[in-house]
Amino acid sequence: MAGPIDLDHVTSLEREARSRYSHRALVCSSTACLSAGASGVRATLESDLEASDRSGDVQVVASGCPGLCSRGPLVRVESRGREPTLYEHVDETAASTIAQQHLIEDQDRAEVSVIEPSLPFYAKQVKVVLRNAGLIDPDRLEDYVAAGGYRALSTALRTMTPAQVIDEVDASGLRGRGGAGYPTARKWRLLHDAVADPGQPKYVIANGDEGDPGAYMDRTIMDSDPHRVLEGLSLAAYATGASKGYLYVRAEYPLAIERLERAIRSAKRAKLLGRNVLGSDFALDVEIRVGAGAFVCGEETALMASIEGRRGLPELRPPYPTERGLWQQPTMINNVETLANIPAIIGDGAAAFAAIGTPESRGTKVFALAGSLENTGLIEVPMGISLREIVFDMGGGIPDGRTFKAAQTGGPSGGCIPERFLDSPVDYEHLQELGSMMGSGGLVVMDDSVSMPEVARFYMEFCRDESCGKCAPCRVGTVKMFDFLDRICRGDGRPRDLWHLESLCKTVRATSLCGLGQSAPNPVFSTLDHFREEYVELLREESLAAPAPDGVVDRGSLPTWGDDA
Amino acid sequence: MNLTPPRPSGPRPNVPVILDGEEVMAFDGESILDLARRLGTPIPTLCYLDGLSVHGGCRLCVVEVNGDSRLPLACATPVTSEMEIRTDTSSLRDHRRRVVELLFAEGNHVCASCVSSGACELQDLAADSNVDHIHYALEFPRIDVDASHPKYVLDRERCVLCTRCVRVCDEVEGAHVWDIAQRGNRSTLVAELGKPWGEASSCTWCGKCVLVCPTGALSFKGRSTGEMRHDPDIVAFLASARDEGEWIDREEPSP
Repeated sequence: MAGPIDLDHVTSLEREARSRYSHRALVCSSTACLSAGASGVRATLESDLEASDRSGDVQVVASGCPGLCSRGPLVRVESRGREPTLYEHVDETAASTIAQQHLIEDQDRAEVSVIEPSLPFYAKQVKVVLRNAGLIDPDRLEDYVAAGGYRALSTALRTMTPAQVIDEVDASGLRGRGGAGYPTARKWRLLHDAVADPGQPKYVIANGDEGDPGAYMDRTIMDSDPHRVLEGLSLAAYATGASKGYLYVRAEYPLAIERLERAIRSAKRAKLLGRNVLGSDFALDVEIRVGAGAFVCGEETALMASIEGRRGLPELRPPYPTERGLWQQPTMINNVETLANIPAIIGDGAAAFAAIGTPESRGTKVFALAGSLENTGLIEVPMGISLREIVFDMGGGIPDGRTFKAAQTGGPSGGCIPERFLDSPVDYEHLQELGSMMGSGGLVVMDDSVSMPEVARFYMEFCRDESCGKCAPCRVGTVKMFDFLDRICRGDGRPRDLWHLESLCKTVRATSLCGLGQSAPNPVFSTLDHFREEYVELLREESLAAPAPDGVVDRGSLPTWGDDA
Repeated sequence: MNLTPPRPSGPRPNVPVILDGEEVMAFDGESILDLARRLGTPIPTLCYLDGLSVHGGCRLCVVEVNGDSRLPLACATPVTSEMEIRTDTSSLRDHRRRVVELLFAEGNHVCASCVSSGACELQDLAADSNVDHIHYALEFPRIDVDASHPKYVLDRERCVLCTRCVRVCDEVEGAHVWDIAQRGNRSTLVAELGKPWGEASSCTWCGKCVLVCPTGALSFKGRSTGEMRHDPDIVAFLASARDEGEWIDREEPSP
């Protein structure tokens, strides 16, 4: 068997190979651009080059996602001695033009629409997690290594103790990117200190069961830079003493699964996974588990049940997974984006990471911009940036002459932020104060044509359909909350429906078993907080004008059972 | 799988706890529910059953504990020293009442036609939590009755998904005939991955599931009013037997 990979050697070979080409054309082959026709674009580039005598001079690469999905398919051309060019809306005709003018005739630019690097969408980004996205071929280990990959793992294995790795993560101030913002190092320390049963491993799990409507941060990280996730998972395992890792990815992400599988295979061949990683004593076996399409499986106890092959139902905590998790052994679950931050923290040092962001929320956050915006796609911004900058500078504002109404963050667990709070900084604390949450990073912008009760109804429908059914308040409560919202949206609502809706929201939030139920009422609360008048306007007019006659009981108006909880 | 909280250990309770304003002593490791029951403080439960693993699905035993912003479950939370527990506040009563109403809205709980009326824990919960109306639109599910088993009947319209039957069959009888299929409000109790109960070969006919069912979802055949045999003779006999000295000597009536 061959020895472990020599990272520097691979890097120099890769650089040398690349220097032989005068152009490198990177065709985005992430999910969004693929569905917009990127494979045809790449095939056109390749066949046009084949037909010329320059094919040996141009490297065509299927790359990850450069972010500005609404202008895809995107093609980035790096030419020797020149600034890279990013072409937008590249169809097959445009691809031929690029091939002919830029790659074959070696002109500065082809006559195809170009995205300037000064565009605020790109200029305001700070890339840590998405550093390689769109710049490397996700299917080639060598590309990741040449971009500095696996150096952090190698450094940690050679020069750091597990405790030092945890201290470094602690010093970086990294908090969980899955939404709740729990300090990552604290979780790692819990697993580090936990002891498994004799002969049993400790487990680390990468949570890639991203399910919020409109959110695809984790998908892009996994399909654009899969080795970064593996390196982060390996560092987490080394720091905590775990020897078995799982990547839990939802079945709706076939491309991410395929690329992760390939990444695991090539990492194993290069001795970056398996026994004696990079010649050290550290061992880590990694497997992919594909989720079967249940939103609740993003909840960590349900996720573990699913990995074990049981029904994906949440369980009572404590015991927390770090005490008793997968197969009763200590287990730690980190979000994919959290893990993708680790190679940068260990590689560049905690100080460089901590210099980004705000004192309580360090580093960057990836957001999936969606909704009524000129530019939609994936952005990575420093924590503390204002919503206004994201929406109006990076997102390019609201199209079709409409005006901004609200930004929804945190998916079905989050809330809507109205215009007057656009200048608040985006970090864990401030979003929570506004009745929303960071969540995993979905950010949906709504214009003035949107009805907020209908937004609440949409998210409640989602929670109703995704409730696992284990606990009564969530199983039945989401159905009934949806019924009230539906009646109000249809114009059939009465004042009592609003009253019942609110009281039920309080009970479901207070009594549900897991985060899904506890946070299901959040979109209702936040739209009621900021847009209550829209609900009232929808209530049936006659019921407002004419109160029930004497002796007819409008149940909602009777304070029969105490004040609100 | 959740385990039952540790049983009380040690010779005498030695953990000071404040329960509804009174200082009491709890056993080390005792759950809040066990403590409350030992001292006669009622906390409503539905899915909890002594001797089975803790499920935590009905959420009726929520209590307030100082310093905890969430509402812990009495059945699943061990007491700790100096814990201050409130089991009966107006907000807890409101929450419990709403959850009971939700359960009523979900199924077809028509007491007048139910074999378990008068011996139904859901009925008792409704009374105890002052349910006088159901404020939520009733779902009226229409689900076929599974009467394929020779001894027992399953009426899913009366099921509250407490999973007591699932757990007793798995943990006590060791057969695991029952489980829940589907999710959310489509969750449904199934025998052997969806077979008619009578065809479930793993069923041992032990009847434990029927005994632990809090409602009329699982019942013995022949016990419902409609199935009772009318026997006017026995009424006449009962009315006169004592006076006429027939109490002991009367022979069994032939069927």
